[in-house]
Amino acid sequence: MNKKIDVKKHILVPKYQKLSDKEKEELLQKYNVTTSELPRILKSDPMLAGVGAKPGDVMQITRNSSTAGRNVFYRVVVNG
Amino acid sequence: MEDTLKKYEGRLPESVLEDVRQSMPKKISESKLREVMETVEKEYTQMLAEPGESVGIVSAESIGEPGTQMTLNTFHFAGVAEMNITTGLPRIIEILDGRRNITTPMMEIYLKKPYSQGKDIKKIALYVKETKLADIASEITLNLAESRIEVTIDNDKAKELAITEANLLKALKTANKNLSIDIKKGIYIFKMKSKDENSNAIYKLKEKIKESYIRGVRGITQILPVKKDGEFIIITAGSNLKKLLGLPFVDGTRTTTNDIFEIEEVLGIEAARHALINEVFKVIENQGLNVDIRHLMLVADTMCFNGKLKGITRYGVVREKASVLARASFETPIKHIISASLTGEVDKLNSVVENVMLNQPVPVGTGLPKLITKRVK
Repeated sequence: MNKKIDVKKHILVPKYQKLSDKEKEELLQKYNVTTSELPRILKSDPMLAGVGAKPGDVMQITRNSSTAGRNVFYRVVVNG
Repeated sequence: MEDTLKKYEGRLPESVLEDVRQSMPKKISESKLREVMETVEKEYTQMLAEPGESVGIVSAESIGEPGTQMTLNTFHFAGVAEMNITTGLPRIIEILDGRRNITTPMMEIYLKKPYSQGKDIKKIALYVKETKLADIASEITLNLAESRIEVTIDNDKAKELAITEANLLKALKTANKNLSIDIKKGIYIFKMKSKDENSNAIYKLKEKIKESYIRGVRGITQILPVKKDGEFIIITAGSNLKKLLGLPFVDGTRTTTNDIFEIEEVLGIEAARHALINEVFKVIENQGLNVDIRHLMLVADTMCFNGKLKGITRYGVVREKASVLARASFETPIKHIISASLTGEVDKLNSVVENVMLNQPVPVGTGLPKLITKRVK
């Protein structure tokens, strides 16, 4: 009875995108941070299923925000 | 017009650009628009929090001050229904503490097209609700002499729920695998397969049989179909997001629960952050208070920083603090100081509390910049 649910379409779920190595470098440069200072997302997070993200990758998250309209956020993938 | 606005993309948030787009006359000259945009950008940058601003304490005060006005009532009736929902301060505490078992889990189930107009709404509602044996039994008796339990089924109730004898027997058999079940004249007789005759065991067994799962979605204890904005939705007590999103008649894009940990599990940390903000904001709005949502966003971001929901307790975000003194200043100071001295922890004094303790300038606002000189040889 439980068919595969497409949870990515849920209204609470933002858009996820994996950054390429070059984009990642640019991001870290822009904000003058290291990956360990970025907010984290667990590798086991349901939204990372099928993305093929390894620990150390950075995910770009485009949220719908009630104050800014759209808002870009970054999370680094960690084990867990 | 669009070309000029495009230049500001990335520099100004989308909602600001949209506001400008809405409020400008259609035939505005290019030079005037440029002038407007310059003012808009100037105003916007002025409104930003300055580097070194202690946003955390501002948030804390902004939430805490109106929070004193909140009612302490745990239960109150939420208008539409005869259902109890935790609101007010207890609910806020529950969310921010990051409690896993909330007192009143609740779901809002949205339905797909024909059903959202009321088609089969009652049938669906009954299908969703968890039915246990105790719900359809009219009598449960213990037969101590023969150490068995006899259950009489209320046929009217069973008919209402469209449960047939065969269905029921099958469900009961899967729920109680170590029992033998017979039907005699409409009475269900439960018997233990093993022969250890213990009079206490049969009482325990009775309670277990009562809770036998027959059908529905596990965890949903109460249902209430209501009409909201021209469509039917089902409000439930009890929550089981994962199961419900998989049902064919449920609109899987809008159905939500108030159990944030469940959302984290099914929809991920970002969705949990969003839900957390919504839940807290809903309570604050409900109480007629006025707290800027940005403060709640900051709190939610802190709680979700590590990729896992953490409450604002000594087991949650406070534990993650790098400084021993900062942790000790929150709760259970002796515990922290002892374990820090045993493990030889070093406090780098990078944050606020520990510097207040040591009577040093705090790294906030004007205390943040440091003077660096080049040594002349």
